[in-house]
Amino acid sequence: MSIRDLVLQEIRNVAAEQDKSLPPLTDELALLESGLDSLCFAILVSRLEDATGSDPFSSAKASEFPHTVGELIAFYEPIHA
Amino acid sequence: MPDVMTLRALVAQHGAGAREISTRDHSLTLADFATRSAFGASRGRFAGRNVILAVGDMAKAAAALIDLDGLARRILLCPPGFDADKIASAAALVEADALAYDEEAAPPLSLDVMLPVRLPLAPRQDDDAPTLATEWVLPTSGTSGPPKLAVHNLQTLVGAITPAPLQQWATFYDIRRYGGLQIFLRALSGQGSLRLASPEEPIEHFLDRLGGLGITHISGTPTHWRKALLSGAAGRISPPYVRLSGEIADDGVLAGLAAAYPQARIEHAYASTEAGVVFTVADGRAGFPADWLERAGAVEMKLVEGALRVRSPRRALRLLGADAPALTDAEGFVDTGDMIELRDGRCHFIGRRNGIINVGGAKVHPEEVEAALNSLAMVRAARVFAKPSPITGALVAAEVVLRDPAMAGRALEREIIAAARRQLPAHMTPASVRFVSDLPMTDAGKLKRHG
Repeated sequence: MSIRDLVLQEIRNVAAEQDKSLPPLTDELALLESGLDSLCFAILVSRLEDATGSDPFSSAKASEFPHTVGELIAFYEPIHA
Repeated sequence: MPDVMTLRALVAQHGAGAREISTRDHSLTLADFATRSAFGASRGRFAGRNVILAVGDMAKAAAALIDLDGLARRILLCPPGFDADKIASAAALVEADALAYDEEAAPPLSLDVMLPVRLPLAPRQDDDAPTLATEWVLPTSGTSGPPKLAVHNLQTLVGAITPAPLQQWATFYDIRRYGGLQIFLRALSGQGSLRLASPEEPIEHFLDRLGGLGITHISGTPTHWRKALLSGAAGRISPPYVRLSGEIADDGVLAGLAAAYPQARIEHAYASTEAGVVFTVADGRAGFPADWLERAGAVEMKLVEGALRVRSPRRALRLLGADAPALTDAEGFVDTGDMIELRDGRCHFIGRRNGIINVGGAKVHPEEVEAALNSLAMVRAARVFAKPSPITGALVAAEVVLRDPAMAGRALEREIIAAARRQLPAHMTPASVRFVSDLPMTDAGKLKRHG
């Protein structure tokens, strides 16, 4: 599975678990408007760490944090590259 | 003024009969204490001493306690896992000048009187030493920092025990900690025997051994009982009375025991080394009735900022050491550090004040999440802990022992998270669930916490 598919699948899993409804997941969608709250993000980051073995958030500065779905995917892509 | 009560007198008072205290490796016949001792003819050398009692086998500990109570000024009862460093630092606080030890593993101390505890018992001489109200010093099983040393005497320790008809006791506990010591004293105050586990003895072997012994009363922590239920050997015994204490008894473990022992009276008790035995709940439900908080009587309870405080004549007399914190508040209440939540007219224990997981500012008690997981049909035992998160600081994570390990897989992981989410708010629901074959237990028989 590509990193893109993994990230998108985990977003859907977390949203389903937490009873959040998602708009269509485009690269341009702002994370703040995705319907996921900070707890959902924390869970998402934890799941992606379990799946990829890496947590880019813990080594990044807050100013570098992704703001859109596309940036989030790009955030993880170097790991598998 | 009444005479000072001693353990030896307690044993004699209830008719020694064929009563025994036994582990896998040793057996004590209580009648023998009238003329014999684990220190033989040297017993009198402990008169008036502050004695460190450090032995491996519980039968040896039992024999030494019967020998020393009333004779020594003070006994430091070292629990298993109390290593040489802890013994050395506690020795100074108890002003130790004597040691009762195991020949196989003597701690490196040099004190005025040092004698091995030997079984079988050997003939002793009558001594004319005065009978003392011996202080029993019990290290608390606190999770962090150096152990606190709580001072009791036989009077405070047996305060919750009422004379009972013939009871044949067994316990998963170690009798060198408060919970197990209560069972030891119950057995000695009654007319039956007491069966104890040997060090490192697997729980199923212990249950096998108990099978032929006609056990009527048995106690352990919820962690012990979950292990027993999981071992497949719980059916080797059919006790009329089952007791839990030392940890929160949740509905999951209570239901498991009710199914395994349909004929048994199942009680869960609340006690601590500092506060003593506080109460026993017999209605088969987790928690205790809220109106007990208002109940008048020897033992009083109140809530302060959600934590239970207890005023009781069975509490420890004091904590040892010049720097020790005060045991009670100004009104004589002991702060237990156990957090309570009121639900449906009942007080539920939700965890320890200092065990809280902070999920983005929301507080989570791991025990409360464990209770929800333990209530699920597929779960036998659960351990909940904080997983660091760069987003919320921490997340709730869980390790789960399944009733049927063959079911482990991603689908069940999701199912458990979804089922937990139906019972718990989002921040308390485990973000991750990992399947494990077993959960680690502390020397005190409690679930071992991370960190």
